[in-house]
Amino acid sequence: MKQIADWALDVANLRGATYADARVVDDRSRALATKNGKVGNASDSESLGIGVRVIANGAWGFAASDDLSRQAVEDTAARAVAIAKASAQVKQQDVRLAPEKPASAEWTTPHEIDPFTTSVEQNLDLLFRIDKELTSVPGVTLAETNLNFRREEQWFFSSESANIHQTKYSTGTGYAAYAFAGNDIQKRSYPTSYGGQWQNKGYELIHELQLVENARRIGEEAVALHKAEQCPEGVFTIILDSSQLGLQIHESIGHPIELDRVLGMEANFAGTSFLTLDKLRKLRYGSELVTVVADARPEHGPGLGTFAFDDEGVPAQCTPIITNGLFTGYLSSRETAHTIGANRSGGTLRAEGWNRLPIIRMTNVSILPGKNPLSCEQLIADTDHAIFMQTNRSWSIDDKRYNFQFGTEIGWEIKKGRRTRMLKNCSYSGITTDFWNSMDAICSRDEWTLWGTPNCGKGQPQQVMGTGHGAAPTRFRNIKVGSAYKGN
Amino acid sequence: MLTKDKAGEIFDKIKKHSSADEVEALFYGGHSALTRFANNTIHQNVAEEHYGVSVRTVFNRRTARASTNKLDEESLKRVVQASESLAKVQQPDPDLVPMPNAGEGTRTKQSIPKRHFDQTAAITPDQRALGVEKMVAIAKTHKLTAAGIFATSETIEGISNSHGLSDWHTQTSSDISVTMLGSDSSGWQKANSPNVADLDPLALAETAAKKARESASPREIPAGKYTVILEPAAVLDIVGFMFYDFGGMAILDQRSFLNNRVGARIFGENVNIRDDAAHPLQSGVPFDGEGVRRQHVQLVEKGVVKRLVYARATAERMRKSEYKDRVGPIEPTGHGFPLPNEIGEAPTNIVFGPPDQAKTIDEMVASTERGVLVTRLWYIREVDPYEKILTGMTRDGTFYVENGKVRHGVRNFRFNESLLHMLSNVEEMGEPVRASGEESFDMVVPAMKVREFNFTEVTKF
Repeated sequence: MKQIADWALDVANLRGATYADARVVDDRSRALATKNGKVGNASDSESLGIGVRVIANGAWGFAASDDLSRQAVEDTAARAVAIAKASAQVKQQDVRLAPEKPASAEWTTPHEIDPFTTSVEQNLDLLFRIDKELTSVPGVTLAETNLNFRREEQWFFSSESANIHQTKYSTGTGYAAYAFAGNDIQKRSYPTSYGGQWQNKGYELIHELQLVENARRIGEEAVALHKAEQCPEGVFTIILDSSQLGLQIHESIGHPIELDRVLGMEANFAGTSFLTLDKLRKLRYGSELVTVVADARPEHGPGLGTFAFDDEGVPAQCTPIITNGLFTGYLSSRETAHTIGANRSGGTLRAEGWNRLPIIRMTNVSILPGKNPLSCEQLIADTDHAIFMQTNRSWSIDDKRYNFQFGTEIGWEIKKGRRTRMLKNCSYSGITTDFWNSMDAICSRDEWTLWGTPNCGKGQPQQVMGTGHGAAPTRFRNIKVGSAYKGN
Repeated sequence: MLTKDKAGEIFDKIKKHSSADEVEALFYGGHSALTRFANNTIHQNVAEEHYGVSVRTVFNRRTARASTNKLDEESLKRVVQASESLAKVQQPDPDLVPMPNAGEGTRTKQSIPKRHFDQTAAITPDQRALGVEKMVAIAKTHKLTAAGIFATSETIEGISNSHGLSDWHTQTSSDISVTMLGSDSSGWQKANSPNVADLDPLALAETAAKKARESASPREIPAGKYTVILEPAAVLDIVGFMFYDFGGMAILDQRSFLNNRVGARIFGENVNIRDDAAHPLQSGVPFDGEGVRRQHVQLVEKGVVKRLVYARATAERMRKSEYKDRVGPIEPTGHGFPLPNEIGEAPTNIVFGPPDQAKTIDEMVASTERGVLVTRLWYIREVDPYEKILTGMTRDGTFYVENGKVRHGVRNFRFNESLLHMLSNVEEMGEPVRASGEESFDMVVPAMKVREFNFTEVTKF
């Protein structure tokens, strides 16, 4: 692959690029799914190509091709330079890259079982066993399961002599039961909704999740929701399960800390951020209990944001984002680091594939668990009156990331330290900083899970990326509940 | 470009390597480019070219798919084997129907307008930069900051199967989207057309700038039920969330808000909606994932849901189902997704019928005593799947209207609104236009004046 990249880098240099990098990516994925006892999807996909990123005349250009012949690669590099020169026609200042020592490295996601070596027949059998458990519950009208694997091998070379070969594996699985009756459709999912749990690891994830063992309960809860009472409207204490908290972190911390958003670079699509540069190390983002990091290092865990190097060759790092409630850091890149006075990128630039330009993406943006032992049951026992909400059902937040509203699949009223009646159609809403400042308890490490969000959309053309979010069950005071149904 | 003839040669190789009962190949790809700007600067500028083939094989009612962008002989052999390996280990699916033959695929052959324009295909980075430069100049004139895109593409889609069906589509596309930002306000516009000559970057930028200027210093007004005037892009993005429920499979799966509602009047009598891939303001491929040509389907007539769309297998299943007498005409309509899939089908060439008396947005404002003018909606998600309650935010140009005039900008609202409620409360409509947003596929929709639209919260800007 080095030879292919050299064709690109040489031509970029000859055409006047002052910086160039080339990523060759060989991507492979498999998707299996069932629906109501039949195969819903069985497909494999592979894609190989090269993306060439250059700076010429002080501006960016990027071109990509799936033709790896010498002529095509050289044409692609020349096109990238021509595009950069066109970009330079509309610029305010030259692009500046923070220095980075070029790395030479090999790295592969730690994994026990390569998921592509597992039997398709056995995998479908697993999904059918889950399906059977779900559909054996009277009242379940639709059962869906999924199992997904991805292997992304990338060779990164730059005009600064970086040479990085990195192979990432990810595995994802989940299922859902739907129950339609009367004028109501209810749903329960496991391990969480919208595709389930995803991590950067091998097939061992599937063995860890106790998928079949939980299926009947999930089906029964979907049906039971029809008899549950509507979640009340008002101001309540709420407890969020760790998967819902993971999405709350994604939307109300992970996105606003993206420095490209803060600098207006995403203003036309994803939006901007309320976290203007003057707020760094000054804003009280949350209560003293809120400590959040953006950690791409393997020691953080097998999150979808775990890697050895980002897609511009910067090593994985851990950036303190919120420290005991104080806002302390952004997600940055080589181009944006100087805007916050940093002399180095935070290492968060990633691309969906060979044909996309790397942009700032969340790595594993995780809240750290409580230091004192606290289980979820102990947290509930410590709560006089609250609504315990589990598993995301809907999510929405404004384009500066202030006002959010989330719905969950199921809720439970907590009374005098005990879980009592089941509640349906739960929702809560608020303003980001008010919400995080109302947090007064978080469970400890035993309850902490590194969740994967496989479908984060950003950029134009839009790119879908996986991000990781470590979270534990957490309690918030004085939260507005139930407005999603108000007035309807 | 991958040509139809070249694709034919590839399909011959695929057939040679396959031992399946039936085999199908989908071809896709093209070249595209997108010039992106922010802070009055082109900060991202990309181009790509790629082509791929996706192979579906069938063995005794068992099917699977494998895709690759490696088109050499060895890779084609491997992708066929991958598809066959995935298919062979399955149990037979009694609902899988044989692939269509050539006659079945083209039974409804509507002619579609020209959707390929050489000028769009040949546009250069310098030409896109020039367009951006003009928009940035307008921003500077108004002391605003511009962000947006100017994108163009030329794409192919083709299908061939072992029963002799073969179809091919080429088209071009162009998009301009621009956001103008002031210190405490913003304005937005977007347009899309197969022909780049239809796009007017200056007009889009001027309108976006006007919205940004006129919504400056936004005031907070309380949440509640308001008469709203939704511009076409706002209508597009919110109504787009219901059309996946208009597939027969959604009814069979009992996940549609139309369960038990087909044949009932669920919207106002002034709401008429059809799917029409051949409409002059529509774009896209005129055949579906199995190669069946798309039919014109009247989905909603005078507020009554009249018809659903069907893939071939879904139509077969529906005819045998308990719902068969309650869902209107049942026949394959050319709206299926490539198999295998879990969704079935959906109408994606939506055209709203014109009102008896179309109103301009200015006329809608003039007839409004107290209301809110909405440019764009954002981050829309489904809260309740059966009542079709959606939540989301207003964005980039939200105005208070009083006594027939736009008075001032307002802080953005969160809404929680049922589409059943909204489309029953449409008081006035504009002439349907081709609109483009960010939350749904492009469609032909009117601006709408809607009473009692449910804003539940106000954000901080």
